[in-house]
Formats: sequence, structure tokens, C-alpha cells
Amino acid sequence: MTEVIPTKQMPPGLQVENVDDRIMTLNVGPQHPGSGHMRIIVKIDGDYIVSADPDPGYVHRGEEKMAESRNYITNIPHLERPVIHDSCNILYPYVLGVEELVGIEVPERAKYVRVIAAELNRCIYIQYWLAIYGIFLGHSTMFMWPAGDRELLIDLMEKITGARVTHAYFIPGGVRNDVPSNFEDVCLRQVNYFEKRIKEYADIFYDNPILKARTEDTGVLSREDAIRLGTTGSVLRASGVDYDLRIKEPYDVYDELDVHTNVLKAGDSYARSKVPWLDMLESCNIIRQALEKMPKSGSVRTKLKPNPKGGEGEVYRRVESGRGSAGCHIISKSKPEPYRLKLSVSSFRNLIALPYLLKGEKLGNMPAVYWSLNYWPVEADR
Amino acid sequence: MSTAETKPPKATPPPKATPPENKEPPVPAFEKSYIDQITNHFSDDIEIEYIKENRTKLNVKKEKIIDIAKFIKDNTPFDHAESVTGVDFPEEKEIGVTYHLGSYTDDTYSKQVLALATRVPREESPNPGNDSTKLPSLRDMFYSVEFHEREVFEMLGVYFEGHPDNRRLLLPEDWADLPPLRKDFKNKGR
Amino acid sequence: MLKELVTPQNANVFVGKLGDILYKAVDQPLGMAINWGRMWSLWPVHIETACCSVEFGAASSPRYDVERFGIIEAFGSLRQCDLVVVQGTITRKMAPRLRLVYDQMPEPKYVIAMGACAITGGLYFDSYNVLPGIDGILPVDVYVPGCPPRPETLIQGCMLLQEKIKRMKAR
Repeated sequence: MTEVIPTKQMPPGLQVENVDDRIMTLNVGPQHPGSGHMRIIVKIDGDYIVSADPDPGYVHRGEEKMAESRNYITNIPHLERPVIHDSCNILYPYVLGVEELVGIEVPERAKYVRVIAAELNRCIYIQYWLAIYGIFLGHSTMFMWPAGDRELLIDLMEKITGARVTHAYFIPGGVRNDVPSNFEDVCLRQVNYFEKRIKEYADIFYDNPILKARTEDTGVLSREDAIRLGTTGSVLRASGVDYDLRIKEPYDVYDELDVHTNVLKAGDSYARSKVPWLDMLESCNIIRQALEKMPKSGSVRTKLKPNPKGGEGEVYRRVESGRGSAGCHIISKSKPEPYRLKLSVSSFRNLIALPYLLKGEKLGNMPAVYWSLNYWPVEADR
Repeated sequence: MSTAETKPPKATPPPKATPPENKEPPVPAFEKSYIDQITNHFSDDIEIEYIKENRTKLNVKKEKIIDIAKFIKDNTPFDHAESVTGVDFPEEKEIGVTYHLGSYTDDTYSKQVLALATRVPREESPNPGNDSTKLPSLRDMFYSVEFHEREVFEMLGVYFEGHPDNRRLLLPEDWADLPPLRKDFKNKGR
Repeated sequence: MLKELVTPQNANVFVGKLGDILYKAVDQPLGMAINWGRMWSLWPVHIETACCSVEFGAASSPRYDVERFGIIEAFGSLRQCDLVVVQGTITRKMAPRLRLVYDQMPEPKYVIAMGACAITGGLYFDSYNVLPGIDGILPVDVYVPGCPPRPETLIQGCMLLQEKIKRMKAR
């Protein structure tokens, strides 16, 4: 063990460390096919990971600070940018929170439209995540299939909102515009076809012995640890905790629909990769139910005053997004702008499990464990 | 001390004396029962800010937050922290830190979010880590606050004593300005 | 006759002229061949900087299939790449890394600025941690506007880059 003495005071993050000839430090990212927009500082002993230190923040854009200088309506476009392919769900808690602060009612039809849009967006998000998971594991077909199939639902969302990914569809008081006239038929047809397609993924991906060999028993998160680490969403449900905010704390019309959660007990990477897929099948069920129960006509939007003021108080709302619980804490001081807006996002909450899971794993299993956390770096950095 | 004020709730904690019980709207019974369980134990140090349906908020003194968190962890089903919000109040020369606690294990509590808020003194020229803006870390009780507390440290300059690594998380390594979420730090052109 | 023309005094001039003629004869076809090779095998670096990477991924998907235009799917090793597609916001933490990536790539190399954030800062024009466009750190060849750009727009940007390469002087 030799010690390198730094010649001058280095800025934090650039300190010269003690050099051990056995332990090697490896920077994975930000330019790495298996990292996304973050860096993981991995210390390895041979092929085994001794410690992993995630270093996020490469996409930290100061959304929370920006929100303090914009009013409640102009905050909408930039608050959906953290997860543009799940933009309805990341906007959902904010919109619910503003509605509670301003005190307006949402029309019944708008609630159903919101649920349908949110479930479609969940599928779009999970398809993209699954495509990247496939390419991380070197399974090119699993990139092509979901990436192609998600275009079906993107077309559907484009019909409703006019944008491919950044919809800005939810606004306080309802949704921005009504669905097109033949939407119910088109949506039902697309969703039925989509469900048929994703059921085929089981053959090529989930029952694939190579995938099972790579992901089973890697990165096992026990039930107790999943609770202790405060993980959320698919990570939590893969570890055997039955917790889904659509059931536990139903918002909008989820209490009128028959929602089931999918809970797996194993807690390994395979279970974590399977739960989102099961969620997609459940989403198809929810969309079909919502299409059936949706009022056929009616208003979809309660008009707001031009520059709504929040009133004195605070509100904390959460919804189940494609990755897990997404929360929004708004503190208002009777101004058109929020005094403080905090996004409590699931990617940031799941990040804490990464160093815990990687310890003792082989380096080659790192992408399989890392991406199975249902992690989207842009959301975590905000 | 089992009083509760409801609407309109105040974002800033009122002075010591809590107003008498409001009649409208009624205080939810279930939420009140578990808040009573906590307040009965720490009568002098807890101030109920609001009890709404599924959402409750307690203001506690920063010296007592460790004891109260321990009590909540041991005696109520709240088992994890969802988020930690830091808020700057320059007029009152204080920084507020709010922990949102939730429960995975208990079905009846799964809707509930208990906000545990405290205040730390704020200094005009911050020197994160070396000034009086310090708070004991809740990492021993609620492990999931680890990264959230690191975020509050860099964004508002609140140092968490007992936290194993108070390092930068999201900001660039060479950040030498004020902590960005303080109100005296302005975005360009705003 | 040649013997009379070429004397020891002007031999150098003559050889130089011959070289010029040869160079002119070879330069244009060779340059075209080099540019032809470069424009149909652009290898982008696998560096994702923000949310535009979703649409970059969609451009490689079966529906849009950017590979048919010679833009090969993002690749790992910097030493074999010649294209940086800056996929969105560049933060102050990412900027030195992006420049480092660019510096490590061999010549020739091209840059596409994808999305409003990479061009001017976009929605995040007043954020404390976002660069107002990447012009300050990289020389940009093609700007692809949009927030995020549709995959078709990205493909058109790539085709514009190919057009530009075609007209470039090959070195």
C-alpha cells in the first residue's frame, strides 16, 4: 500500500486517493454504452465489485429553481422534460397538487381521459426501458421489437395530443383538448394488437435461458432491504412488497377500475425486469376498462383563471408512474408562482439501492443489475 | 396538545401558541389517533401544523428530531422516508427541512404521509459544513434519506451531522457559488 | 525535343509542373472517393447527454431505421467514431466530459447539435447549470431544431451532414 500525497488542495471530487495495488478503480460513464447519463465509480478486485459509488448530476438542470420563477401554467412544459417518454405520469402529481391548491374540480370525462393517457404513457416508457435493457444484455432483437411496437402507442398519443413524446397534455382542471372523434375504436384496436405483441416477448426474452442465466440470482434485494432502502415501484414489487399507489391511494378514477398489481418474490434482476412487463399487460386491461366506462361526451376541462394563485399552504401528492411513486411537494405563498417545488422522483429513490446491490457482483453483471432498477438518469438529476 | 388547525394551513410554523380547535372541516379520526400517540409522548417539543386527510405535518425542534424519529420508527408503522425537502425562509433567517415518511408494511397506513418538519438557523454568508446550519442526520432511523440529505446539503447548505458522506451529488465539482436553492441565489435574468 | 526543353536549370520546375498535373488529375476523383466512404459510414459516439437520447434511440428503431442512410447505431469506442450527436442539454458538469470525448476522437470528426437545448439552451435558458448552446465548446456542423426533434428531423440533419461532407475538400 503506497500513499500518494497530493501536492495541492484539490477541489472536491478530484482528490487523489490511496493507491492499492489489488483494488482497481474503474469509471463507468458518462460515455459508456452501459451507463446512460451518469457515472458509476466502481472499485473492483479481480472481477468482483468491491464498492460502487454512483455519481449522478450530469443532467442536473435546476428544474426546482426554475419552477420558482414561473407561474403554475408555464411550469408545465419544463416539468415534463425529466422523463419525456413518460411525460403524462411525471406531470400527474404536479397537476393534482395545483388542483388541490387552487381548488378546482375536474370533469368526469377528463379523469378517464387522463387515466387512459397515463396508462398509454406507462406502456411507452416501459417499452423504451425494455428496449434498452435488451441492448444492454446484448440482445438486439429485444431492442428492435419494443422500439418498434412502442411506435403504435406513440401514434395513438400523437393523435390525441399532437406531439410524439412531449405532450404537455395534463393541465390543472383537466386535459388540454378532447380526444378525436373515433378515438375509442382506434385505441381499442391498437391496444388489443399491442397486447398480442407484447405477449410474444415471453418467448424471445423472458423464457430465454440465456437471459435467465444472466439475470437470475444477480443483485438480490430482500424484502426487508427493499423497505429499509425506501425503494419504490417495480423494484419494490419484485421484492415481494405489494404496494401500488393506484390501489393504495387511488387518484382520479382508479378506485372505480379493477386494478391488480404484479408481485414477484425473488427480488433478483430477472424479477425486476419482469414486473414492468406484467405492468404493461395490466395497463392494457385498465385502458380497456376505462374506455368502456368513460362518459361518451362532456367537458374535459374546467377553465382556470388566467394567472391562478395558489393560496397559503402546502400540498404533497403522489402517483404511480412507470418507474414507481412520483411525488410533488408544492409550497405556496399566495403568489402565481410556487414558493418551493420539490419533485420526489422514483429514479432518485431507487438509486440508493445501486451501491448496495452491486457490492459483491461480477463486473459483467453490472448493466443487468443497474438497468433493472428501472432507472432514468435524467429524472433522477432533475 | 392534541389541538389541530386545519384550513387554511400555514406554510410557516406559527408562534408557540396553537390556535384553538377549528370546527370546520372535521379532523379525520384515524390520522388524529396516531398523531396523538406521538404528541402524547413528546408534548412540549411537537407542534401540529395540520391534520388533513392522509396528510399530517408535525413541526419539531431540531434538538429533539432524533428522539422523535426513533419513536416514530419504533412505535408506528412508518418505515421509510420518501423525500426530504429543504426550503429557504430568508425573512425568518431559517431553513426548513421536511421529511416525508411513509409506510409499506401496514395496509391501513399505506395512504398516510407524515411530514416531519424542523428548522435550522440560516446565515447570510453560508459556509456549508462549517457554520451553524447543522442538523442531526436521520440516516440511522430511516436509511433511505441518505441521498436526499446529500442533495439538501448541496442545494441549501444544511450540514447533516452523523451522515457518513456529506459530498456533492448533483452539482458540478467546481461549484463555488451560493447553494442554488437559497432565495438570494438568482437565476440569470430573473 | 524533350531533351531540348528539359535542361538541368529548369528540371525542377518541370517536375513540379508534372506533379501539379498529376495532383490535379488524381485529387478530385480521390477526394470524391474518400468523401463517399466517409459519408456512408458515420459512426456516432455513444454519449447521451439529456432527454433527446429517447428520440435518438427511436431513430435507430425499425420504423425509422437511420442505418439505411449510413448512420450506424451508437457505438462504444471513441477511437472508431467520427460523429458526435449532442443529444440535448449540456450541463456545466457534462461540458468538460463532452470536450474530452471530442478531443479523443480521430480526425475527421463532425458534430450535430440535436435539440433546442444544444443549440441555444432551449427551455433551460435561465437555468444556473445549463450551457446556452454548445457553440462555445464544440464546432457544430449541423443544427437539428426541435424539443425534442422528431426522428425524421434527425435523419434529415444527418442527410444534410452527408451533403456537407460530399462538398468538403477531402484532406
